[in-house]
Amino acid sequence: MKTLLLRRARVVDPASGIDGVRDVLIEGGRILKVAQRIQRRDGQAIDLDGLVLCPGFIDMHVHLREPGQEWKETIASGTAAAAVGGFTAVAAMANTDPVNDSRAVTEMIVAEAKRHGSVRVYPVGAISKKLEGKELADVGEMVEAGAVAVSDDGRPVMDPSLMRRALEYAQAFGIPVLAHEMDDALCAGGVMHEGAVSTRLGLPGMPPAAEETMIARDLLLAEDTGGRLHIQHLTTGRGLALIRLGRRRGIRVTCEVTPHHLTLTDEALVRYDTNLKMNPPLRPEGDRAALVRGLKDGVVDAIGTDHAPHHHDEKWVEFARAPFGIIGLETAIPVLLTKLVHEGGLALPRFVELLSAGPARALGVAGGSLAPGEIADLTVLDLGREGVIDPDAFRSRSRNTPWGGFAYRGQAVMTIVGGRVVHDAR
Amino acid sequence: MKLRSRHLLGIAELEPDEIVAILDTAESFAEVGGREIKKVPALRGRTVINFFVEPSTRTRTSFEVAEKRLSADTLGITAAASSLVKGETLLDTVRNLEAMSPDFIVMRHPEPGAHELLTRICRSSVINAGDGGHEHPTQALLDAMTMRQRFGRLSGLKVVILGDIKHSRVARSNIQLLTKMGSTVVACGPPTLIPVGIEKLGAKVSYHPDAAIEDADVVMVLRMQLERMKTGYVPSLREYARLYALTPERLERARPEAIVMHPGPMNRGVEIDGGLADGPRSVILDQVTNGVAVRMAVLYLLAGGEREDAVAATGAGR
Repeated sequence: MKTLLLRRARVVDPASGIDGVRDVLIEGGRILKVAQRIQRRDGQAIDLDGLVLCPGFIDMHVHLREPGQEWKETIASGTAAAAVGGFTAVAAMANTDPVNDSRAVTEMIVAEAKRHGSVRVYPVGAISKKLEGKELADVGEMVEAGAVAVSDDGRPVMDPSLMRRALEYAQAFGIPVLAHEMDDALCAGGVMHEGAVSTRLGLPGMPPAAEETMIARDLLLAEDTGGRLHIQHLTTGRGLALIRLGRRRGIRVTCEVTPHHLTLTDEALVRYDTNLKMNPPLRPEGDRAALVRGLKDGVVDAIGTDHAPHHHDEKWVEFARAPFGIIGLETAIPVLLTKLVHEGGLALPRFVELLSAGPARALGVAGGSLAPGEIADLTVLDLGREGVIDPDAFRSRSRNTPWGGFAYRGQAVMTIVGGRVVHDAR
Repeated sequence: MKLRSRHLLGIAELEPDEIVAILDTAESFAEVGGREIKKVPALRGRTVINFFVEPSTRTRTSFEVAEKRLSADTLGITAAASSLVKGETLLDTVRNLEAMSPDFIVMRHPEPGAHELLTRICRSSVINAGDGGHEHPTQALLDAMTMRQRFGRLSGLKVVILGDIKHSRVARSNIQLLTKMGSTVVACGPPTLIPVGIEKLGAKVSYHPDAAIEDADVVMVLRMQLERMKTGYVPSLREYARLYALTPERLERARPEAIVMHPGPMNRGVEIDGGLADGPRSVILDQVTNGVAVRMAVLYLLAGGEREDAVAATGAGR
């Protein structure tokens, strides 16, 4: 069988406790061996001297928009963006049109990803039919078709009894329930964080309690049902404290944060830039700093981009009328390496864990380590690579990012999925 | 002096010396309204589009009068008569207006920050005539002009803004202007209508009008909108009127020479006693008169004029 030998990289694999120069041998789409020096004459060899080799990055929070909103993104364009951005797998949220609430839609996504996808696509099924928050979707059949989790992401599950049923029912399939935590009534009409900046700008606010009360509710429901709860795009220090408390009580809870909530605050909104409008919103500095501490001390399990493509015309409107969301697949790694690893003192192994082993565990999918027998999904980083983010060069169909013109240091330069090189910009 | 920006989006962007320049220029123009022929040639040949996406009587009329007194060519578009009702985006509508080469676009819009969006595509000067709950800079300027006429100064004044602070662009612009000019501003209303972090704009906060009005020089009353009852901010208009309306008894606590202001439109008997609105301490109609002069000054200075020339243009200095 044809082999691929990756030589002389600094291998950073927190799940295996490795941080040092190693050779990695891949055969048949799987990791065969990781050792100081591997001799192999046959097969292909790639020299990665001076680069960092890690388990493939998994973005557990992506909107691929297909089916139904192909002008914003497709499975082909979104996974191409993922490959360029250094991701070997993405979890695709269910708020497509039609909603991914049935076997047929899940199968379509799986088939399209197989045909045109550059990276692995893990479909996430809806919790409720049509995301209406009323009746459970066909969770079992979606799992049979390939769904790895359920979520009504984009909309909160306001009915607590539906959330309870979801946390119960999902246990039959061993999948987590991913929760977008926001109390609709507390947020009514809100378009940004409620605070001094929203007051100055005259924009209706979303109070942090709208997120935190729902986290508290769902932690209690998870405790009573024994279900696996994953909190999506957590944004506040108090939310983190609730999750710490839940962990101490033995509740099965994981959480993710986004690159933008780790690096930007609501102060950035002073010019009403709709590329800074997302849900949940950018919070004040105190919350941002708390999230970074949560990365370092281990409470946060994963970084997910919440890649949410929107067309330029949809975003270039009055602030309150613009849709929520920004893209992240092609900006996450350079922004985070620059602002958190180089400038923010985040240890590289922890950074790698948050993008590989962390999301793999939270989603219960393969990957996240380079142990022999694991799938050969790998991401290669060049910590010294410098450049400027140019949205016009994106593979994504959308350009809704606040990071255009950002000067970065550190970039993903190679992406390997199942032993196959899908992106190489060394 | 000239203004630093080509647009007037809000008080937030103005420096104190610019505010003084606008108020001084407005004083020069105020005299024009008293003449038999109420016109100066300052903006002859310039085109102003008044684009009102939200209903307005006072502000729209005031801008039009100001523009006509400066000899500008003006035309007005309202939301109902624009292509916005046909689903055209704001930017497309404005791009089309821009294609006709106006010198100014005066816009009122229900969404905060709408003017910021315009400045990214407009060659003309954009003037904010009110954007949602954000700013209403010419209102704050005309209020300041009115106060300065009465007291000869703005620094050291105690101004109480009473009512629905949360939804008020007038409050936000006034708080910023008055604190920049050295006044003390107290934002007073029920706690549900005081927005989070208003202190950061420079205002003190009070929930008790009797205490707030103590020794005030100015009480500025804001309109109480009926829809605030439905959304649960206050239990009833009756209770609001009893606890927060400006009454003659409450005004007794202010300084003897204190004045009463209201940006309009008023709900008599809700936020303000009808007799007070018509009484000797009310300067509500002076506000309206000054609105024309202030808007003339803003247009004139944004067009590149200097205050000294305005004096000459009007002959007010003679």
